[in-house]
Amino acid sequence: MTQGLTVADLSFSYGARRALDGVSFACAPGRFTALLGPNGAGKSTLFALLTRLFTTPSGTVTIAGHDLSRHPRRALGRMGIVFQQPTLDLDLTVHQNLHYFAALHGLSGRDARVRIDRSLDRLSMAERAGERVRDLNGGHRRRTELARALIHAPSVLLCDEPTVGLDAASRHAITAHVHDLARDGLTVLWATHLTDEIRPDDHLLVLHQGRILRDGTASRIAEGVDLSDRFLALTGAPDAADRVGP
Amino acid sequence: MRRGRDCRIRPVTWLIALRAIVAREGLRFLHQRERFLAALVRPLVWLLVFAAGFRAALGLSILPPYQTYITYETYIVPGLCGMILLFNGMQSSLSLVYDREMGSMRLLLTAPLPRWWLLLSKLIASTAISVLQVYAFLAIALAFGIEMPPWGYLTVLPALVLAGLMLGALGLALSSLVKQLENFAGVMNFVIFPMFFLSSALYPLWKMAESSPLLRDVSAANPFSHAVELIRFALYTELNAAALLWTLLATLAFAALALWGYDPARGLVRRKG
Repeated sequence: MTQGLTVADLSFSYGARRALDGVSFACAPGRFTALLGPNGAGKSTLFALLTRLFTTPSGTVTIAGHDLSRHPRRALGRMGIVFQQPTLDLDLTVHQNLHYFAALHGLSGRDARVRIDRSLDRLSMAERAGERVRDLNGGHRRRTELARALIHAPSVLLCDEPTVGLDAASRHAITAHVHDLARDGLTVLWATHLTDEIRPDDHLLVLHQGRILRDGTASRIAEGVDLSDRFLALTGAPDAADRVGP
Repeated sequence: MRRGRDCRIRPVTWLIALRAIVAREGLRFLHQRERFLAALVRPLVWLLVFAAGFRAALGLSILPPYQTYITYETYIVPGLCGMILLFNGMQSSLSLVYDREMGSMRLLLTAPLPRWWLLLSKLIASTAISVLQVYAFLAIALAFGIEMPPWGYLTVLPALVLAGLMLGALGLALSSLVKQLENFAGVMNFVIFPMFFLSSALYPLWKMAESSPLLRDVSAANPFSHAVELIRFALYTELNAAALLWTLLATLAFAALALWGYDPARGLVRRKG
């Protein structure tokens, strides 16, 4: 799988506390992979390792065929990231924010402008290019961040709980956009703790206490019951376990 | 959208990123006019109020690079240039901690460029802003009749750049070691005030030795003293080789500490997210 994302036997500890324990999975191009886990499951740690904010000696991460520890710049160059925290400069315009990001990826001049326009257009944000980010609502800010993550035409898109703090309509719109991007051939890894963002035919990884509990199609993991109940049962909520069974 | 493109890792890529980081810092600075005013008002208060009061109290003998008796206002101009660089270095490191808490540091550190280059670009950007402020200060001092030799305004530029890089690197190193924004105020107090007051910025070291040889020795070892002396001599078109060497060594040491602090294997953002 040269264009996708592969994680093999990844482990990480904060001192004595194990945050990730032998995590392995693969995300294929053209599929929306949801990483579902409760708070504290290790999602943010996993994303920090996938984006090389910090590194670990145990395990490997391969992005579009590039080993992240051996060829970090090539791997990072093929990755688009939407962080959980807002990362836009509020006092700069949408276009200035995107231009800054494009330059960090070596894009400038006409090439950068064309890519920025195309990316904003794709997210229906073209008419807001000149607006200050401070004046945008939460949904538009997220769309801006998504547009920014696509400027350099990445092979892999990582989204770390990108719908946090958004209203239902914006959440639905962003989730639908990213599903469309996956359908167009992008490899998507989408961390969330909300089951309603996952479609039955999505690839689903259930992360709990630093380990992958389930890896498969969402509908198969749900086993005919509501995914939310199945998730609660898997991650140890007693009421849900009674309803769903083992 | 075309996919599968090799990341553009060419030398020009590095320069494009550097230019963008400097431009962003400049735009942010323009949006914070009060920061610019504060940076100018602080040394001007020292120059026009504090120095006027101290002029009578402090007698200065002739000491290099000065050829004649000078007023106290003239003496403290290089120290106040250093003060601007010091406060800006700390201010930019404060904004780095803020960036880290807010997430925009993540954007920078996940760019497909070597981390040392990204940090150096940040350092160059903050130094450029600091140096511009020093020139604005020198222009206002000139308007108040505190004049340097004409060529001094040019020869001081490399000294300001090096001193700015040194203090910026110190700020960068501190920002990597400070875990939370709230802790930063304390660090500022423990760094800025001792560094400024235990230096040759406000009084010559021989004057300090009269009251405490120990404080004089501490001040003589303070890299900020050497940065100030480098600026002082450069303003009079002279080179203080010892100050240059000390400032260079301190810059390298602080930069190495910053690189260690931001090493991904050490885990800068290694806080529970």
